[in-house]
Amino acid sequence: MTIPSSALGRLLRTPRGLGAAIVLAIIVLAAILAPVIAPYDYAAQNLRNANMDPGALHWLGTDEFGRDLFSRIIYGARTSLAVGVTSISISMVCGMALGAAAGYFGGAFDRVVTMVVDLSWSFPEILLALILIAILGPGLASTMIAISIAYLAQFTRLTRAQVMALKSETYVEATISLGAGSGHVLFRHLLPNAVTPVIVAGMLATGDAIILEATLGFFGLGAQPPTPSWGAMMSSGTAQIFIAPWIIIFPGLAIAITVIAINLFGDALIDALDIRQRLREG
Amino acid sequence: MALLDLSDVTVSIGVLTPLDRIAFSIEAGEIVGVVGESGSGKSLTAMAVMGLLPLIGGRITSGAVRFADVELNRLPERDYRALRGRRIALISQNPMTSLDPIRRVGEQIDQVSMMHLGLGAERARLRSVDMMRQLRIPEADVVHGNYPHQLSGGMKQRIVIAMALAADPELIVADEPTTALDVTIQAQIIQIMVEMARRKNVALMLITHDMGVVAQACDRVVVLYAGRVAETGSVERIFAAPRHPYTKSLIGCIPVEGLPPGGLKGIDGVVPGVANYPTGCRFHPRCSLAQDRCKIEAPLLRALEEGAAACHLAGDPP
Amino acid sequence: MSAPLVSMRGLGRTFVSRKGLFGAHRSMRAVDDVTLDIPAGKVTGVVGESGCGKSTLARLALRLIEASSGSVTFDGTDIGSLEPAAMRQIRRRMQMVFQDPYSSLDPRYSIADCLLEPFAIQGLMPPARQRAAQVDDLLDMVGLARSVASSFPHQLSGGQKQRVGIARALALKPQFLVLDEPTASLDVSIQAQIIELLERFRDDFGLTYLFISHDLGLVRYFCDQIVVMYLGRIVEVMDRPDATPRHPYSRALLNSTFAPDPAKRRVVTPMAGEIPSPFALPPGCAFAARCPQASALCKAERPTLAESTAGGRIACHHPQD
Repeated sequence: MTIPSSALGRLLRTPRGLGAAIVLAIIVLAAILAPVIAPYDYAAQNLRNANMDPGALHWLGTDEFGRDLFSRIIYGARTSLAVGVTSISISMVCGMALGAAAGYFGGAFDRVVTMVVDLSWSFPEILLALILIAILGPGLASTMIAISIAYLAQFTRLTRAQVMALKSETYVEATISLGAGSGHVLFRHLLPNAVTPVIVAGMLATGDAIILEATLGFFGLGAQPPTPSWGAMMSSGTAQIFIAPWIIIFPGLAIAITVIAINLFGDALIDALDIRQRLREG
Repeated sequence: MALLDLSDVTVSIGVLTPLDRIAFSIEAGEIVGVVGESGSGKSLTAMAVMGLLPLIGGRITSGAVRFADVELNRLPERDYRALRGRRIALISQNPMTSLDPIRRVGEQIDQVSMMHLGLGAERARLRSVDMMRQLRIPEADVVHGNYPHQLSGGMKQRIVIAMALAADPELIVADEPTTALDVTIQAQIIQIMVEMARRKNVALMLITHDMGVVAQACDRVVVLYAGRVAETGSVERIFAAPRHPYTKSLIGCIPVEGLPPGGLKGIDGVVPGVANYPTGCRFHPRCSLAQDRCKIEAPLLRALEEGAAACHLAGDPP
Repeated sequence: MSAPLVSMRGLGRTFVSRKGLFGAHRSMRAVDDVTLDIPAGKVTGVVGESGCGKSTLARLALRLIEASSGSVTFDGTDIGSLEPAAMRQIRRRMQMVFQDPYSSLDPRYSIADCLLEPFAIQGLMPPARQRAAQVDDLLDMVGLARSVASSFPHQLSGGQKQRVGIARALALKPQFLVLDEPTASLDVSIQAQIIELLERFRDDFGLTYLFISHDLGLVRYFCDQIVVMYLGRIVEVMDRPDATPRHPYSRALLNSTFAPDPAKRRVVTPMAGEIPSPFALPPGCAFAARCPQASALCKAERPTLAESTAGGRIACHHPQD
């Protein structure tokens, strides 16, 4: 395990960590069990019930097409979490590979990687993502690709810094003196020691990625209808904001609660692992 | 009356008690070596004297530290501040952290005598340059205007010594002042410190792990082990006839001229940490002479014909 | 002296660094023109102060870094020209013990894993059921309790970690061990333990050591041959540990070593000047600026390392007697 179970234990003993973990668990379970939990078909339109207030029939009301908002938010969690987790995972794996190679081998490759990373670091993620979607065209897959690339610099940079610092540890030299090649040094010593802060940074970036996904959805560039997405739901809610404000409020709350839970959990994890300093080095 | 007197000083940090009934004294103008290995509490002893324990969350829970006529452990922080730098000066292990990197080294020496002796800027400067010359700093008036990064480690440590001497203190506490330096530089600094202490009749509490430095520089020795005083005595007696088995073994760990191959003998076992000090005599797990009594009963520090030792077996001459 | 196991010929290593992004390249000869034979079964000590190149020399001896010039021959093989596979093979026979036991063990590896890693790297991993016995043997050898096998480095003291470092270096039964200040970060009572252990392995296994240290007293006790380095170059080689040093720098080093005996107090001769920057070495003898014997010749012309009539080698225009 890269995150020692003792650290998880410490995390769950703090009220903040425990609270965040419970909320996150509920959201993830709801997303997984959406077909069981959702009382209605998320795509079923019923124009006679459009813009209904929250009530016993539709707990969170209905949207302008009469679709059940609660069901759509539950299904929207699937989209948000899937996009967030998938794109950050891809980004992390690629970033670690690039960062580790750059940090370990150095030389011209390192200079090129560092230059590209610094360059992309100077653009906001949203701008990068918008440019990429403009090239790839809107949709779920291109959203994931765009977000992965937008966060690539962060993980590359963090991994590179970790590997550079670990490379000068004596145990790396000791391993080389025993006859080990680069593969052994990288995969048995450097990456296992570098991975923990990267995972935690990935956890925090997932929160940002969910916001980014919602933003792209809001502009109609993310998941295409009828797939529910929190951002797109808010976008369609703007038209009804004076007659049915809940259409925009409830998806907004869903985003906020999810992101806050992820951030609090990540923050508690940093404290439990005692790696705040190492994260800053990136 | 002794200049500095520690009587049964016990220091606690949280639930730990890293110093247990430390007792020794330093006369005016005397050079006393406080020697011990890691975890022996030698740096904490320095902090207890300097009143710096609160910085690390520690406090003196019993016993007394007396300096001349002042009871240091009851002194309010404001009065302590007036004493530090003026009557008791500190030379720390790392000269890099004792000097302000963005101010000229000369000004840093000047400031001590301006603050504590009320000298004007010009007189303080002359005094600093004179002090630097006495410490054999070449081209002292040029170096006076240098910044720390322009100087070598040995030169920086001389500046720190000049700062310590600037207000004519009665006692200098030097905590491993040469550990960070190369051997040839270390020898020079020790030589200079001893010379200056003698010339100005300043007492020196020299904290070190190096028995060679102790033998070279000190009048008397306090040997610490695991937070307690193992033995005290004159440097001649300690090296010629150590009475505590630890002192004896420690001297035997140093390779000396003419020692035959295989003659170097380490002390078995590990240096205990503050969280797991042994019961009874804290040296007993590593002592070849240990008896059942040593495992249970902590020996008290008892006076010998010369000095004192804390060993159940030290009553009998070796 | 017995036949050399390791021979260095004109060995040098230059490091190039750049001050700032657009600064000029500066080069530093960390090790310059070192010619040295390390006799089999003996202990060769290298002493010098920080920046004298002794640690770089240790790494060059094992080709942990590449030489800029010269060669290292190990038991008749020029290791500088070996392909990676052959280099890996020969590494079984030459090992290193590092200065800092705190960082020389991977914090994520148990002690057993640390001790098995040499076998894993060399493709010599014993079958699963023999591994515990292999680890126990190694722990017994260095005097550690078998129970530490399942511990992690942070649970061990510095001395215990250094014993693990020695056990790891000995796991593949090497002939040649480079000891890079193996006791410099340990307490004296523990330093003596480690030296005792190393003495035993030298005698029991006929090991050849290259012992790097800043402590001339320790080197004179432990070594058969003493090499004194100053700013990248050998200034004196003494072929007996009790030989009186003849180079003024070696003498200054000896004069700076305090005996644990108040009857043998020394007056330390003040040494003028500072150690010159290794980036801007003077044209003559590097020690001239600090040397009480320095003449105009010393400042103009660098002395070469030559056989001394009294035995050993010395690089000095005015050797002391």
